[in-house]
Amino acid sequence: MELEIKNGVVFDPLNKVDGEKKDILIRDGRIVEKLKGKHDVIDASGKLVMPGGVEIHSHFAGGKETAGRMLRPEDGARTVYPKRNGLRSGSGYSMPSSFTAGYLYAQMGYTMCNTPAMPPLFARHTHEELGDVPIVDKSAYPTFDGNWFVMRYLKEGDPDKLAACVAWFLRATKGLVIKIVNPGGTENWGWGKNAVGIDDPVIGFDVTPAQIVKGLAEVNERLKLPHSIHLHPNNLGKPGNIETTVETLELCREVKSANARQTVYLTHAQFHSFGGDSWKNFESKADELAKYINRCDHVVCDTGNVTLDETTTMTSDGPMEYFLHNLTHLKWVNKDVELETAPGITPFIYSRKNPVHSVQWAIGLELALLIDDPFKVLLATDHPNGGPFTRYPRIIAWLMSEPYRRYYMEERVHKGAQKGSSLATLDREYTFSDIAVVTRAGQAKALGLSELKGHLGVGAHGDVAIYDIDPAQVDPSKDFKAVEKGFAKTAYTIKDGEIIVKDGLIRATPQGRTYWANPVVDHELDREMLKDVEQYFKKYYSVNLANYPVQKEYLKRGREIQIDARDVK
Amino acid sequence: MKEIILKVISQPTVGLEAENIAPKVFACKSSMEIAGLPIYEGNRERRLGDFFDVSGEAGEAEAETRIVIEGDVRLTKRIGQGMRAGEIHIKGSAGMHLGSKMRGGKVTVEGDCEAFCFQEMRGGVVHIKGNAGNYLGSATRGNWRGMRGGTITVDGNAGSEIATFMKGGKIHVKGDCASFAGVHMNKGFIVIDGRAERRIGAEMIGGTIVANEVEAMLAGFKPVETVKAPEIESEKFTGNYKKYSGDHADSRAKGTVWVKIQ
Amino acid sequence: MEIHTDVICPFCGTLCDDIEVHVENGRVMEALNACKLGNAKFMSMNKKNRHIVPMVRGEDGFTETTIEDAVERVARMLVDAKKPLLYGWATTECEAQSVGIELAEEVGGVIDSCASVCHGPSVLAIQDVGFPSVTLGEVKNRADLDIYWGSNPMHAHPRHMSRYSRYPRGYFRERGQQDRTVIVIDVRRTDTAGIADKFLQVSPGDDYELVNAFRTLLNGGDIPDEVAGIAKKDIASALELMKTCQFGMLFFGVGLTMSPGKHRNIDNAISLVVDLNKYTKFNLIPMRGHYNVTGFSEVLTWQSGFPFGVDYTRGYPQYNPGETTSVELLSRGEVDAVFVVGSDPAANFPKKAVEHLAKIPSAVIEPHETPTTYLCDLNIPSAIAGIEVEGTAYRMDNVPIRMRKIMDAPAGLYSDREILEMILLKVREIKNGA
Ligand code: SF4
Ligand SMILES: [Zn+2]
Repeated sequence: MELEIKNGVVFDPLNKVDGEKKDILIRDGRIVEKLKGKHDVIDASGKLVMPGGVEIHSHFAGGKETAGRMLRPEDGARTVYPKRNGLRSGSGYSMPSSFTAGYLYAQMGYTMCNTPAMPPLFARHTHEELGDVPIVDKSAYPTFDGNWFVMRYLKEGDPDKLAACVAWFLRATKGLVIKIVNPGGTENWGWGKNAVGIDDPVIGFDVTPAQIVKGLAEVNERLKLPHSIHLHPNNLGKPGNIETTVETLELCREVKSANARQTVYLTHAQFHSFGGDSWKNFESKADELAKYINRCDHVVCDTGNVTLDETTTMTSDGPMEYFLHNLTHLKWVNKDVELETAPGITPFIYSRKNPVHSVQWAIGLELALLIDDPFKVLLATDHPNGGPFTRYPRIIAWLMSEPYRRYYMEERVHKGAQKGSSLATLDREYTFSDIAVVTRAGQAKALGLSELKGHLGVGAHGDVAIYDIDPAQVDPSKDFKAVEKGFAKTAYTIKDGEIIVKDGLIRATPQGRTYWANPVVDHELDREMLKDVEQYFKKYYSVNLANYPVQKEYLKRGREIQIDARDVK
Repeated sequence: MKEIILKVISQPTVGLEAENIAPKVFACKSSMEIAGLPIYEGNRERRLGDFFDVSGEAGEAEAETRIVIEGDVRLTKRIGQGMRAGEIHIKGSAGMHLGSKMRGGKVTVEGDCEAFCFQEMRGGVVHIKGNAGNYLGSATRGNWRGMRGGTITVDGNAGSEIATFMKGGKIHVKGDCASFAGVHMNKGFIVIDGRAERRIGAEMIGGTIVANEVEAMLAGFKPVETVKAPEIESEKFTGNYKKYSGDHADSRAKGTVWVKIQ
Repeated sequence: MEIHTDVICPFCGTLCDDIEVHVENGRVMEALNACKLGNAKFMSMNKKNRHIVPMVRGEDGFTETTIEDAVERVARMLVDAKKPLLYGWATTECEAQSVGIELAEEVGGVIDSCASVCHGPSVLAIQDVGFPSVTLGEVKNRADLDIYWGSNPMHAHPRHMSRYSRYPRGYFRERGQQDRTVIVIDVRRTDTAGIADKFLQVSPGDDYELVNAFRTLLNGGDIPDEVAGIAKKDIASALELMKTCQFGMLFFGVGLTMSPGKHRNIDNAISLVVDLNKYTKFNLIPMRGHYNVTGFSEVLTWQSGFPFGVDYTRGYPQYNPGETTSVELLSRGEVDAVFVVGSDPAANFPKKAVEHLAKIPSAVIEPHETPTTYLCDLNIPSAIAGIEVEGTAYRMDNVPIRMRKIMDAPAGLYSDREILEMILLKVREIKNGA
């Protein structure tokens, strides 16, 4: 199967292509230099051509995601998607159901989505559900924040077994990335307590959040994982948390990167950039975080934009969700997972009339505008926490247009946003190339998957998004509505060389790949570590070890990334 | 105001979904066009004319359109869904979801209405001359924002869980009321002229309920005082009433239930 | 002899995964670790006279037919119906449930599980007020107070207490039973009440009043000297145990979900648990009966957005229990065909519902003979999930486990999933005019 995309205006930052007219050739699902024979041609003249979008942090599938849907039939009823043209039906405004999520991402030009907080015990669920998310490639990040084995080895000072154990969990859960959510806090939540500072004790385990973060960051590099640790620090969403955030990032500064990339990925940075010490004097500290990230090379973050919608918050940060529930008194789900983590869920209404929410809206944008290098600040709403992913086109338009932001500032949001943030003073406007970075190239690079994803160079997957926006005609600063509309639905989405979306309509629904990491450590070490695991399992888990690892049947199209880490012994 | 008359000519086997029977949809349409509107019998798309004989004339606008239904439409759901103006007069009994999310206009039912009618209503005037089913004027599943405005009067009895999560408006039941009237109520006003089954006002955190007689009050209701001929929500009531605050099962409780002393 | 270890028991929501099954010459010799109920399920594999062939009702009783004919009949029945009901699903694997959902969507029907007659009220309550919960391992490692309300695990979930709550030693509960207190609340003194540290006998139908009293006291209010047949001092002392424990659990069963007030009982009980979190750590878990009723709600929810009672007649999912659930649909005569998979509504549904079921075209997939297989026009026997077929099931605390296959089904039997796939294919063929 061959395909030629002709005359498009191409933005491919990883290959330094910045708005050039260029043909893209795809054969057998990969970008190639030359085509061999007869092939389909897409005339992309006057259209924007980018690599397929890569979602680095979105809660679109998994155990708590489904619990969130179950909790909110009123969110389901708000938006329904009928069955048509061979597509499955679905529902959900803030939390679209599985098939629908795949379609919606593909319609926006995304070809890879990663679900960022998978409790290992629920890995089987996550993979079953991922099998029902069509089109996009995907992966899941198992959570390690309250993992008893991790804490035990940290306490015992056994970094080798710690590494072997993390490798085992990645293999057992078919996970790609080490995810850490409120380190130590989720374990303390087992007693209704939290860990707000990085040196708070973890009850019963004699370790601290700082040890968990640093220990796992080091393990991550020893295992040479493609991505760095993926971190949701302590103290999310609390006034004044900027201090904790910077202290946490500082822990990873000296960690040596195995793959010439960041050593810590700070997710939904907006929620971690708060100043003040109460909601009364709450203010943005985006400038402080931006300054820090501009100064150093070991951090990449995503924005965690707030889009001012009624949404459903769902994180593995159980104590934080309880805190939110106490603010709003809305229904609350808690889902503590034995020996592992503690997710929670509660609906949340971000109101344009609320000063705090308006400042939060501003912080997400400030971060994107204040951090100089777009490769260090990627676009995400922490779907659905800051807002549903279907709002990305609007965020893109905000980033590209100072007048659009000003309109919101002056007409749409609470005036508090002007006082509580520096957004009104920022006139930077993202270019199309910047947008290509923060929606795909940057994600692929941060994930360590930039050989295959996020670019249009030879050898990359034939994943392409073609948008009906003519850079020669559209001035994003003025025509922000056209930008917002243009990014909402592609003219074409191409996945592995196949036309998936045409004129915004889904035409094919192939099964995407599921990536997972398999770092192989020294065999002896692995065996020794497994003895501990066996013992713990019997005593403390509620399932047998033999029934724990995710069986191969659950990955409809699994892609193992094997890593030789035998030097870990 | 102009009038369209729908005369029932055949009953569906599995019930109909007919959100198209609404003043807004009928406005500016001829009776022919109206007869051609789709309604749904299970998974089959049918024409309104398959089940109703359509006559009369629709108005130029929603507010100018009155719909009269002659016959029993107990199995026809979603009539008047989301209506903002105009009138619907049902001369028999009405099916589920009548007037759901209604914002204005007027609905009269000569007979009974089934469960789940007028959910999340925001405005308008409703008169049920027969009995009303469960969940009258309640919130839809999962929503914590129930009825917010408008008035519903039921001449007969009402089912259980009326006005769940109510946030405004008024429901007046002239007969008896099954259990859990006003459960999770937050604001608004319910008057029950007859007897209310137990668990009235359960988990209410605000709003006001007046009942002539109750089967029992929950432990979470605290007697406050006895008032003679009280004026409640600017309405005068005759006789002696006992006032309760509750439901103190919830720490935020600011609800009030008045019960007449016999 | 084959020895299968770490086998999952496909019977109750406890979903024990430590059964050791000995199989010899296609016969189950032993099912070690299983309780009486589980053991009976494994041993029932040895029963003779299992139906292998589909049976169809004709003029004079049932006659045998081929699987192809049976599949075609079900497909036609579903395609012809204006509003078919696809009911059951609690005793098959998620992979089969998933095909069932696709089938329901394809034929524009309603799909519903037996949740609507057991723990559906729990779901409605969750949707109103939330669900503070944990996995069962958390209970084992931390809980020092377990409450069973309207649930009699000694009979319905025999290993629940030994695996998770009353007896096991856990990380923070090294002394096992000695570290834990059990309260039972029920309308009668059950066997579980017999081993409890405290028993509250609630007067029948008054559970809601009791929850209300607990919450009122907890929030600083006062209550009458007796509520729901229980003295105030007993209510207060039970409440004190709840407030002062380190980690409390409320397990509730159909005694609470099906007593008057139904979902409101659960709604208020959940709110009690939420309130208790101001004082200590407290959570709850519904004592799900059938082993995979939870799995069905999971799959249906991620695919459609809603957990049971999903109406696809309009091409998109609609959800409104009380309207879109089986008992109401049948009682109101709103469905015109019924397809049952792995359930026995003829034995469990109210009379009015069963009467309508008997009047309309119906079919059932079911390994055993049941009142429903007699009532339906057509029955297709199938292989037994979790023993003859592997696949996913979700425990009562939503933990997904892969059930193992330990023996082959008798020749000629297909799995639920295979039969459903054949029907789905046939439906599409018919719809495409083939
Ligand atoms: S408790 Fe339930 S799952 Fe466990 S063995 Fe008994 S019947 Fe089977
Ligand atoms: Zn997140």
